[in-house]
Amino acid sequence: MCGATEGGLSLDGVNVAKEAVIQGQVLRGAEPVPNAYVRLLDGSGEFTAEVPTSATGHFRFFAGDGEWTLRTLAPKADPVDTRVVAATGSVAEVAVAI
Amino acid sequence: MSRESSLVTAQWVEDNLDTDGVVLVEVDEDTTSYDKGHIRGAIKLDWTTDLQDQVRRDFVNKEQFEALLSSRGVSNDDTVVLYGGNNNWFAAYAYWYFKLYGHQDVKLLDGGRKKWELDSRELTDEKPTRAETSYTATAQDSSIRAFRDEVVAAIGTQNLVDVRSPDEYAGRLLAPAHLPQEQAQRAGHIPTAASVPWSKAANDDGTFKSDDELKEIYSEAGVDWSKDTIAYCRIGERSSHTWFVLKELLGQENVKNYDGSWTEYGSLVGVPVALGDEPGDA
Repeated sequence: MCGATEGGLSLDGVNVAKEAVIQGQVLRGAEPVPNAYVRLLDGSGEFTAEVPTSATGHFRFFAGDGEWTLRTLAPKADPVDTRVVAATGSVAEVAVAI
Repeated sequence: MSRESSLVTAQWVEDNLDTDGVVLVEVDEDTTSYDKGHIRGAIKLDWTTDLQDQVRRDFVNKEQFEALLSSRGVSNDDTVVLYGGNNNWFAAYAYWYFKLYGHQDVKLLDGGRKKWELDSRELTDEKPTRAETSYTATAQDSSIRAFRDEVVAAIGTQNLVDVRSPDEYAGRLLAPAHLPQEQAQRAGHIPTAASVPWSKAANDDGTFKSDDELKEIYSEAGVDWSKDTIAYCRIGERSSHTWFVLKELLGQENVKNYDGSWTEYGSLVGVPVALGDEPGDA
């Protein structure tokens, strides 16, 4: 992995070799959603972390190896669950449509 | 204390935006959140620069706290309503901090900034001006703050509640997963500590669960209501959230927050550490 995928978050300053990165963007149609909340749930459904999306709808987590669920909450939308697999040394890119 | 005296709803806040004597205070982990938009009339406290000593690892002292609140226009008899991002982690930390220095009337906005945003309520970038006051703090209330020696002594005798995520408790992660994981300290938890992630106390929208649900969660995790309790996390902010639940919502006596938390305990030489999902032995 040599950098962010097209349009994704910059990975400058992140030691990707040591981290299991999950990152992506929340979209309503083609529009980024800047005021959404993305929760990271572990394999048992337990809350692990939560971040608000950036002005461009982006989010990032430093997880561990394994299966995770992203639960996205946004104004005037139902929560959306997205399964994702993370692995140390790689970046899992996820697009969430609400 | 009780839910009625320590918690207000988003609607209550909206109805009291112009009420004299009510001061809204935003405290966020991301200290730039306020600048991107906040509830009208709210002032900002920066937990890293306003509430921490800038040289030693400790809080600002009584005189510094007095100077801070005086300069921000907060009076002793004001109703201080705290809110913030991350499900009120740092707002709860500030709540505990205001209590530590003896402020009488402090409340949390249930659900914090997230609930406010998910409700599509208004945010503004207009900064309020408040006249300077002459704030007087009390000496720190040591009945709600735990230090490392008390924590070590509590192993196997008092309730220790580890409120971090299960992976941090077990030693599989060293920090919340929105932060990089490289850390100096050892991974794991304090032996005999019950694992009750702070998030168990909150709904998805950040509001607190009902008193009955909360009691059941801590009882099931093995909290003995007849014993004193110390809550800890990584740096003391998530455990403020749980301290708030146990002390202010459920009215438990003798609940302390260990603000040194895992970044201190996990760096101590010679103390016992348990790994894995079980509490471990004293």
